[in-house]
Amino acid sequence: MPTDKPLLVVENLCVSFRTEGGVVPAVSGVSFSLERREIIGVVGESGSGKSQTLLAILGLISSPNAVVTGSVRFLGQELLGLRRRALDAVRGRQIGMIFQDPMTALTPVHTIGDQIIEQIRAHERVSRTAARKRAVDLLDAVGLPSPDSAVDRYPHQLSGGMRQRAVIAMALSCNPALLIADEPTTALDVTVQAQILELIGRLRDEFGSAVILVTHDLGVVAEVADRVLVMYAGRVVEEGGKGQLFREPLHPYAWGLFGSIPPMHGPRPARLTAIPGSPPKLSQMPQGCAFGPRCAFRHDACAAQPSLGGAGGHRSACFLPQDRRQELRRTLAAGAVPA
Amino acid sequence: MLTALLSRLGQMVLVMFGISVVAFLIFFATPGADPSARIAGRNASQETLVQVRHDFGLDRPLPVQYALMMERLFISRDLTSFVNRGQKVVPTVLEAIPITLSLVLGAAVLWVLGGLIVGVVAGATRGTWLDRTLMILSLIGVSIPVFWLGEVANLVTQSRWHDSWLFSWVPPLGYIPFTEDPWGWFKALVIPWFTLATLYIGLYGRVLRASIIETMQEDFIRTARAKGIGERRVLMHHGLRTSLVAFVTMFGLDFGALVGGGALLTEVVFGLQGVGKLTYGALQTLDLPMILATVIYASFFVVMANFIVDVAFVFIDPRVRDAH
Repeated sequence: MPTDKPLLVVENLCVSFRTEGGVVPAVSGVSFSLERREIIGVVGESGSGKSQTLLAILGLISSPNAVVTGSVRFLGQELLGLRRRALDAVRGRQIGMIFQDPMTALTPVHTIGDQIIEQIRAHERVSRTAARKRAVDLLDAVGLPSPDSAVDRYPHQLSGGMRQRAVIAMALSCNPALLIADEPTTALDVTVQAQILELIGRLRDEFGSAVILVTHDLGVVAEVADRVLVMYAGRVVEEGGKGQLFREPLHPYAWGLFGSIPPMHGPRPARLTAIPGSPPKLSQMPQGCAFGPRCAFRHDACAAQPSLGGAGGHRSACFLPQDRRQELRRTLAAGAVPA
Repeated sequence: MLTALLSRLGQMVLVMFGISVVAFLIFFATPGADPSARIAGRNASQETLVQVRHDFGLDRPLPVQYALMMERLFISRDLTSFVNRGQKVVPTVLEAIPITLSLVLGAAVLWVLGGLIVGVVAGATRGTWLDRTLMILSLIGVSIPVFWLGEVANLVTQSRWHDSWLFSWVPPLGYIPFTEDPWGWFKALVIPWFTLATLYIGLYGRVLRASIIETMQEDFIRTARAKGIGERRVLMHHGLRTSLVAFVTMFGLDFGALVGGGALLTEVVFGLQGVGKLTYGALQTLDLPMILATVIYASFFVVMANFIVDVAFVFIDPRVRDAH
């Protein structure tokens, strides 16, 4: 298999839901690609379409009213519209998924061992004993204490952090080339968060997996990601390497996001910037740039929909002139709102 | 575990004691229930009444009467009916039990299988014509009164088309003991089974469908789908397995109630001399010993069924196991 080809290519992915009030877009024209062993962070507020993007990649949006269009190619194979059987050969085996809430992500009536064994045996012809041994090894690898007995525990007998480790062990059970993690640390307390993040970083090193990490926690992204996608109202508004993006964010929405974090070094700002207003309702999306109504630098061009553009792998969807961006950003940080 | 079992058994005995006391007291509070008048016959003189009261121990304090009756019911087992003189109560009930058990067990097999099939198929094909058809059929099944359905079945199989090739195998109404003629037992009961099960198939199918649809929205179903194990396994091993709790609860209660005499209407329509019919007859003639015997028997099955459901939960739902 050629290794120079990207692992995953998502092109113009759109997810919308038919509702009584018409068709509501949740994800509009999301495109990105992912190399092997790369960790990409997807950030954005609740409702920005992060989770729906991930679910759409694996065909896990079960609502009969959902419409998914675009293209998701994994190792050259188109996943959208794939027959269930062919999709099941990819799910769990080549793409593992970690869900947001470990408290509800495991079936309560089966032991975690059984749930891991079930996945292994769905994809590989191994005996139950061998699968069980691998489940124990996996639980050990993700740092679950006393994996020999934990394998026979039911989900309710484990704490949130332990359950999330079990979910991760399950996602990793077939050495997937891609791991999709939907807010894996949101439901956990801070110390456990750090351990889980370290674990995800180690996965890439030990198992060679690429990771898509969705979160609304910028600290999490800063810790593990190589590249970052910023999503707003169902669209990617900025994309770039972690260093670039944290140093010189290009999109006014990203300015607001990063401005809301207190800086560790340098002078303390009088107050942290907040983004005025709230994200648009999906059913009442504004014309043109969705961030326009909340943007301090809105001008006439913003009535149209900006597309992602820029050089050096750092792209943003904004009409502001590239060379004045950092200057404008500093005025925003200084609290001076332009007329 | 053993202590839990013992305490549960203790509770059962206590509940049955309470039920027997209440049944006993209600009887004495019922107007026109004075058994001595019945035993002595019509227009009996005061002296005869007093004599009868004394003979049957009816002039003694209520607690003593209760104790005596329980002693004759459980220990010497020679309690006799107040109405059919000389008819021993315990053997009569014991004779009726296999009839009711045969009826209810057979129907239970049908309705559990039917309910599972209807519920799973409808739940899995939610919103399709198959789902709608099954739900309409279930609603019809739930709505049909069992005695009407039974009478129609009798009309068709015993009368109208009895001489046709279709139903000539149907034996006359009544019970044929399994030990005498297993095939005859089956033939005599198969129509009552379907009649009794119809309501429950509809009921269980609808409940299970709702439960499965709710479960299939859960997060862990999405996890299971992401594992690539196939939709059938997701449905059966994760969806159905988790939905069984409501199903088993209902089954325990319904089964207990039916074995305890709740199948009365079916028994009457099909001429089966089961416990339900026995209870009904005893209530009509205010036959206290018989009422007590059947009520205690019924309470035993209801309490027992509850107990079995609780035990079943331990196997079905690991969360219950740890709650003790």
